[in-house]
Amino acid sequence: MKFLAMCSTGLGSSFMVRMNIETIVRELGLDDVTVEHSDISSAGPDSADVFFVAKDLEDAAQGLGDVVVLNSIIDMDELRDAVKSAAARHGSV
Amino acid sequence: MNGVLQSLLDVFREPSVIVGLIALLGLLLQRKSASDTIKGTIKAFVGFLVLAAGAGVVSGALTPFGDMFQHAFGVQGVVPNNEAIVGKVLTDYGSQAALIFFFGMVVNVLLARLTTFKFIYMSGHVALYLAAMIAVILIANGFSSWQAILWGSLAQGLITTLSPALVQPWMRRVTKNDTVALGHTGNFGIATSGLVGKYLGDPSRSTEDLKIPKGLGFLRDTTVVIASSMGLIYLLVTLVAGPGYVERELSDGQWYLLWAVMQAGKFAAGVFIILAGVRVVLAEIIPAFKGISEKLVPNARPALDVPIVFTFAPNAVLVGFLASFVGGLIGMGVLVAVGGTIIIPGIVAHFMTGAASGVIGNATGGRRGAILGAMTNGLLITFLPLLVLPFLGDVGLQNSTFSDADFGVSGLLIGGAVNAGHIAVIGLVVCGLIATFAASAIVTRRRAAEPTEPAEEPQPAS
Repeated sequence: MKFLAMCSTGLGSSFMVRMNIETIVRELGLDDVTVEHSDISSAGPDSADVFFVAKDLEDAAQGLGDVVVLNSIIDMDELRDAVKSAAARHGSV
Repeated sequence: MNGVLQSLLDVFREPSVIVGLIALLGLLLQRKSASDTIKGTIKAFVGFLVLAAGAGVVSGALTPFGDMFQHAFGVQGVVPNNEAIVGKVLTDYGSQAALIFFFGMVVNVLLARLTTFKFIYMSGHVALYLAAMIAVILIANGFSSWQAILWGSLAQGLITTLSPALVQPWMRRVTKNDTVALGHTGNFGIATSGLVGKYLGDPSRSTEDLKIPKGLGFLRDTTVVIASSMGLIYLLVTLVAGPGYVERELSDGQWYLLWAVMQAGKFAAGVFIILAGVRVVLAEIIPAFKGISEKLVPNARPALDVPIVFTFAPNAVLVGFLASFVGGLIGMGVLVAVGGTIIIPGIVAHFMTGAASGVIGNATGGRRGAILGAMTNGLLITFLPLLVLPFLGDVGLQNSTFSDADFGVSGLLIGGAVNAGHIAVIGLVVCGLIATFAASAIVTRRRAAEPTEPAEEPQPAS
């Protein structure tokens, strides 16, 4: 299963969200999850199973499939819940 | 013996190899598996070459733009865009820039550990661009490579530690806690916006009470924004330059308007490639920096890229971008009236730093704060790059330049010092270090005198 964190350039904030997701994935012991980051331009529906964006990018991420919209990208608790339910949705608990 | 030394020097002249070695060191320090270590090292090495390839594409589109602008208006036209200029710089000064970037991270961790400025600059991309600018200024003005790396790394460490501190008083108001900081080369403009908002604004009337139509999501797609904004600029300049000149001198007979659109597309394509290269390189280096800094400075605040504040005030993001862009247009108008080199508003810079200025300005001064603060940022990022151009040597003639306010302020300080002599640069860096430690001691003493506030803060995110 692949998670993809995205921001407009794919350099700063998406990378930070990616590293935080990786930490959470390790905490939860989700061995089959790989995490990457990219810019919104480069991502297509096949790029990943679950896409993570900040709330301000909600519109730009339409049509990619399973998009998780984060209200705050610096809230670790929100991210943990989002990762847990995304993993559950895709059959890995 | 000479042969061996020569080969070794050749290795260090190849920035892609330096970057690969830095990644290798980071991966080893993280105790990654052998396969991950080898993979990561190779990816960083190739990633740098991807970046260099993108630089060629951008130059291919920028050089005719410069000629055409000169022909049309009789002056140099410069579009500030970090990615566009850094590609060229890293091709010419890559080894020194990579080492300044690397040792700058070391200095950042040491300063955060030893002083009260506990900021770890996690925005590797802008840190890399800053290192590139420092390398150019020092080396183009006669510093030897090793001196440039020594003094440049100290300067880089100082800037990356202190720049988040400038914005932190305002960040506390936005995020309502003190656990994260803002790490971006726009920080000087963003902090200025907070100050403008504080003195000229009215915090009771927030941007977030406004009803602003949505539907500007396309502004967040970097490729679309760069291609369309550059398309507009190319078309305008092409129309003024005229079909005769363009088709004879530049387009090799191709219809001039199509040629203009193609150049804008190539510019965006080049930036796309550079972004991809930077992403690959940093992906192998930053996790090590994060892991090591968390161990050595456990109570640090990570300084993160500007989008972290965007979700706190979505309306201020839009207001800030527009106000900053208007500031850029006003600034350009002034430059046209005065004559001389013209700075054309770079839309990415006005979006990233303008939006953050809007959020910070709104936090200190409401709508008026967001508008006036972001507009001030827009003026700053028009005039500061112009003032720094003369210090950049040949890079100053590239029709693009570093765009954000921190580049302007640190470029002016370092460039001004270089002009006064090498000893002035050394003096500046040493004074900066002494001032940092002195300020740290004063703040610590003052804090000790105050009663401590109850520490009830959410878990830091990074």
